[in-house]
Amino acid sequence: MSWYEKLNSGLSKSRERLSGQLNALVGRGVDIDESFWEDLEDTLIMADLGLEASEDIVARMKREVATKAFSSTEQVKEYLVSAIAQEFETVGDPFKLGAVTILAVGINGTGKTTSIGKLAKQGVDEGRTVILGSADTFRAAAGEQLDIWAERAGVPIVKRERGADAASVAYETVERAQEIGADLVLIDTAGRLHTSLDLMRELEKVQRVTRDRSKAPTFTVLVMDATTGQNGLVQAREFNKALALDAIILTKLDGTAKGGIALAISKELEIPIVRIGVGEAIDDLRPFVPEEFARALIG
Amino acid sequence: MFDNLGQRLQSIFSGLTSKGRLSEEDIDAALREIRRALLEADVNLAVVKSFTERVREKALGADVLSSLTPGQMVIKIVLDELTVLLGGSISRLALSNRMPNVIMLVGLQGSGKTTAASKLAYLLRKKGKKPLMVAADVYRPAAIDQLEALGRELHIPVYRGEVDDPVAIARDGLRYAVDNMLDLVIIDTAGRLHVDDVMMDEVARIKTAVRPDQILMVVDAMTGQDAVTVADAFAQRLDFDGLIMSKLDGDARGGAALSIREVTGKPIKFASMGEKPNSLEEFYPDRMAKRILGMGDVVSLIEKATELEAEGEYSDDDADSLVQGKFTFDDFLKSIKQMRKMGGFGAIAKLLPGGEAMKQATAQMDDSQIDRLEAIIYSMTIKERTNPKILNGSRRARIAAGAGVEVTDVNRLIKQFNEASKMMKQMQKQMGANGQGGSSKKGKRGKGKPKGKQKNQQKKTRFGLPGTNFPGF
Repeated sequence: MSWYEKLNSGLSKSRERLSGQLNALVGRGVDIDESFWEDLEDTLIMADLGLEASEDIVARMKREVATKAFSSTEQVKEYLVSAIAQEFETVGDPFKLGAVTILAVGINGTGKTTSIGKLAKQGVDEGRTVILGSADTFRAAAGEQLDIWAERAGVPIVKRERGADAASVAYETVERAQEIGADLVLIDTAGRLHTSLDLMRELEKVQRVTRDRSKAPTFTVLVMDATTGQNGLVQAREFNKALALDAIILTKLDGTAKGGIALAISKELEIPIVRIGVGEAIDDLRPFVPEEFARALIG
Repeated sequence: MFDNLGQRLQSIFSGLTSKGRLSEEDIDAALREIRRALLEADVNLAVVKSFTERVREKALGADVLSSLTPGQMVIKIVLDELTVLLGGSISRLALSNRMPNVIMLVGLQGSGKTTAASKLAYLLRKKGKKPLMVAADVYRPAAIDQLEALGRELHIPVYRGEVDDPVAIARDGLRYAVDNMLDLVIIDTAGRLHVDDVMMDEVARIKTAVRPDQILMVVDAMTGQDAVTVADAFAQRLDFDGLIMSKLDGDARGGAALSIREVTGKPIKFASMGEKPNSLEEFYPDRMAKRILGMGDVVSLIEKATELEAEGEYSDDDADSLVQGKFTFDDFLKSIKQMRKMGGFGAIAKLLPGGEAMKQATAQMDDSQIDRLEAIIYSMTIKERTNPKILNGSRRARIAAGAGVEVTDVNRLIKQFNEASKMMKQMQKQMGANGQGGSSKKGKRGKGKPKGKQKNQQKKTRFGLPGTNFPGF
């Protein structure tokens, strides 16, 4: 047993105790002891919900559970799950609309290009006319990467040489989209840290150009890595301040990270999580189901 | 939101006058704040628990030194303990005499391996190595093209195999290096999930095939609670040698560094801090400790200024004035421009103690406003620029007319200038205070005569003019 496993066994015990106590709950009615709540809080913190949100949820649960009579452990668990699930904003999925232009933004390495590629393939499978735009003119070979996705999906792509003006690629993509009558326009942008003012301003320009030019409504989607910790909220706030975000795609949920920070983001910015990435395959980019996500959070 | 642990702890202890020992209640209150700070920095909960326990023990036994308040004492204990945990001193890259040396980079998808590979090659070439980068990521579309493009830009050769077996590519890459007299091989592997047995097995086979001198795991500084699970899995499977923390140029506190170090015992060797090839730096545990606690990182700020200076964009005097607050309107303008170059106000503010205030004061500045500031400052006489106190109403009116702006614009600039001066002064004080309890590096700077750059200590009194010489240092 490694040092960490030893250290961490205490915390996995938290989860076991949590389930154990859910079981014990039946006999004891609503009389749950303090260690139950501590374990719940630990579990939520470990899922990256953040201390504040975790404390909030526990405090509210305490109040609410006190007024309810549960007859089975399942009921308690379901109550927790649905209460957490309700915290998510669910209105406003742009993929449920008709013709749309989607702009994928986010920090480096969250999976923007991959998500755009998978969305293209899914769009084609749904019978939509799709076009891709590679407005990531910064990262080496980003265009080539999207090229391969375009090929896989069998859709046209607009790209330029490295160092070209990103906004001009977006402009051209939208123009081409109108020529071919595309109803799903997917534009990839270069990853950038929210602290880089110049790059954020460049992104604002890409968005402005896209919006002005596109006849279909433009939605700006933040692609976020589920392994991101508390900085995720700061990132989302900054991107939102610059771009007024419309939705979140949460990637890399196939590891052991729970992506709890997405709850805080969805709640604070009042934007929905519209897709989650749970694997490498094209179909592994799935619609977000709050209850499933909440259930995974409390293990 | 939590900003500065130091301030929080000071306020907890503000009611207490100095006493010989910290009481248990004092320590409990402090530990709650420390727990909060660490969790907000993404330190793993299990690590937070064991860490606060250790701090409690140390704090209970500690005498409050006469020079410190109880709050400072606790901060000192926390900082010292954190620094030790983060590895104490710098851990350098250990390479053997073997030819070629082999470094292998591993990590999750999107952690920044390919970028880190090129930065590492760039850094080690500067130290006299002849690097070859081997593109062993056959999975992500165009990953090999990405490494090739980076290699082309930096004039570093890249080996891309003719097969799609990463193990064979790595092995062939070594042979290619030998044939071409290249003495360092950096293998860029595909990103993989620690729970993917097939992929983890593959990376273990690459290790067996090339027997690297160093395996470095690249970890995103923004990683949350899961960092330990991932690192522990990689450590068990690969027994890697050290870490590269990537994306540290963002504002994440980077608690993952602490968690991973504590859990795997592996040192953090490099910090990757930006988009440019030269932005891979050695990792300083003491600075990271302060960053995790939200206490600013003045040393890094000074180094950034020093770096710009090395690039010929920044003078010693600028560096001095920036950290000493001894500046004039000219320096103010220069500072604003340089700060933008150094990554924008947000990036700078984050490095400063009490950075939030600074951020607010400068948040709305963009290029057009800087042009306007420039116009105003250039409309001042040299005397006015160096001695803002003489700026009376008629002078302000004249300056406004000269710059084509309203007098209110001039007034606003003067106000901003005064605020910036005040902040520089505060920063100066904080650096002095930090010097007492901090590391040796900090200590040197804190001894009353801080310098923007140590080797230029004699150059500091250029602005010995009335009105620009702030009291207190």
